[in-house]
Amino acid sequence: MSDQTLSGASSSDMPIRRANWFARLIYRSEAARGFALLSPTLVFMLVALLVPFMILVVMSLWTAVGFDFDTTLTTNNYQQAAERPIYGALLTRSLWISGIATVVTVVVCYPMAYYVAFHVHRNKMLWLVFMTLPFWTSYLLRVFAWKVVLGYEGVINSALMTIGLIETPLEFLLYSKEAVIITLAHAWAAFAILPMYVSLEKIDKSLLEAATDLGDGPVMRFLRITLPLSLPGVISASLLIFIPTTGDYITPALLGGPDGAMIGNLIQKQFGPINNWPMGAALSIILMLVIAVICVVFILLTNFVRRRIS
Amino acid sequence: MTSDAFISIRNVDKFFGKFQAIDDVSIDIGHGEFFSLLGSSGCGKTTLLRMLAGFESPSSGEIYIDGQPMSEVPPHMRPVNMVFQSYAIFPHLDVRDNIAYGLRKQKLPKAKRDEMVDEMLELIKLPGYGDRKANELSGGQRQRIALARALILRPKVLLLDEPLGALDKQLREQMQLELRDLQRTVGITFVFVTHDQEEALTLSDRIAVMSEGRVLQMDSPTGLYERPSSRRVASFIGTMNFFDGTVSGVNGTSVEVAAEGLGTLRLDRRETAVAEGDKVQVAIRPEKLGISDSRPEGEGGRIEGTLENSAYLGERSHHYVRLDGLEKPVAVSAQNKENAIATADRARPIWLSWNEESLVLLAGD
Repeated sequence: MSDQTLSGASSSDMPIRRANWFARLIYRSEAARGFALLSPTLVFMLVALLVPFMILVVMSLWTAVGFDFDTTLTTNNYQQAAERPIYGALLTRSLWISGIATVVTVVVCYPMAYYVAFHVHRNKMLWLVFMTLPFWTSYLLRVFAWKVVLGYEGVINSALMTIGLIETPLEFLLYSKEAVIITLAHAWAAFAILPMYVSLEKIDKSLLEAATDLGDGPVMRFLRITLPLSLPGVISASLLIFIPTTGDYITPALLGGPDGAMIGNLIQKQFGPINNWPMGAALSIILMLVIAVICVVFILLTNFVRRRIS
Repeated sequence: MTSDAFISIRNVDKFFGKFQAIDDVSIDIGHGEFFSLLGSSGCGKTTLLRMLAGFESPSSGEIYIDGQPMSEVPPHMRPVNMVFQSYAIFPHLDVRDNIAYGLRKQKLPKAKRDEMVDEMLELIKLPGYGDRKANELSGGQRQRIALARALILRPKVLLLDEPLGALDKQLREQMQLELRDLQRTVGITFVFVTHDQEEALTLSDRIAVMSEGRVLQMDSPTGLYERPSSRRVASFIGTMNFFDGTVSGVNGTSVEVAAEGLGTLRLDRRETAVAEGDKVQVAIRPEKLGISDSRPEGEGGRIEGTLENSAYLGERSHHYVRLDGLEKPVAVSAQNKENAIATADRARPIWLSWNEESLVLLAGD
């Protein structure tokens, strides 16, 4: 380095101090800088995520014997999960319900994100804050609120009865797959709006004018320019909703009824009333793997789209 | 519509809220003309162009293109295409798809479409670039793609919104020449927006100089430069020396003016209407003034002054000459045809001379 020559030439009274080894390391190596910035999170992730995960993996290979564990390693739990139809059925239903909830959320939220990105010129931030308003109360409260709205004598049913459209309350509203889908779609709306808003906002407005100028009406312009350019946002929104909702158990427990039960409820029961922790662990691992596979497909899709766009 | 103009802008006003962006503008543009809207930023030139494209609609007045009123025609149905300042190349499409973008409506067979795109790539001198991605292109290439994308649709009018503004100087000069050639080849009417007066002079058949939403003067490049109609136009295009004066006599088209610093001048009033006693201004371009150490002989006016400062620019030199009774020195631009006058001793007496035809008479203020 040139600090020797500099300090030699410097007329300042302050001698140039050499940095200590740590500062030098940080200064020189980008990787070291990266790890230094990551370290608090890294430590937390190791302790709070990796360790429990390892415990879960090991436990899924044990067997429950009464109130105790048989710690011989065996894949019995996984075999059972594969053989008994209830597990597969619940898993399929979970993927199905959260898949539909994801599609509904994205389809409903896309126009909102679009509106804020293109037609709101002042106070955009305020609009976004209002859209995340559902997040200001706890998840549980929101689920209960939907119970009030959808219930047998709830808001919708009593309103419809008052204006005379129906004679008896609609029963399918509560304790059904539909109730779960509606609630999930509402609860996760902000996770869909924000990434889609970001990718729509990034679209250069002159591209839209250029498409119009080249003869596209509003619909064609949307299909040929806006939609393809906002696809990364749509994909990440889908991912953000699909992953957590598949394993959700609060909403199906409170609003699902027998038809709306999901794999999360079963896992919760294994750790609770059924008291078969190893089975619960095995189911958790299976769910995780299935979601991981779907995620990988999603990420490959995202990369493909991104490569096409950039 | 009375004239046989191809584009006719009739008494157009445009308000954004209370702000008037365009103030009663009327312009006629002929078929195949290269027409420029010139002005500093905020003068309304881009608004006017966007109204031609249909992205803005006039608050009052009407725009006709090829005889058709345009106010009811949405932008995607207009017979015009635009080259955007940012080029607006679609990032998710390759060059071929970008250029062919507007052909979708014509439902051509793929072979025909490819052939047209190849022709265009040939025209813009980028053959073989069809499969490139938008982000693999340089500024100049993007600019050409944007041109090709608009021209492939054979528009009646091509609108260009400062298309050369983002390019570096050398590339810009090259693109200017190419643009001019291209316009002659395709024979389409070009409406070109720029704030660069040199660019406008180089490219255009005619130029409208705009300021604060109004057209100050509309003329050919030589007309604008040689016979500006107001001080604002004169000072916007090139440099100009101004002298305050009073009309002391009018004789037909010949006017006698007592000008500060220059004494009594006799000049042609051209279109400027003046009467005796009017306050006027006399203007002359720096390069129309001759400069010499000794008293110049021959026709025309001359005056002695003091050389105050000189700047040597290689091909030419700029001199600043102080005249008696004037606050500002007079700027003179001299071609260094022979060896340049050795850098001046300050405060050297020097002679200025001019042709009477080079003097421009400007009314008022």
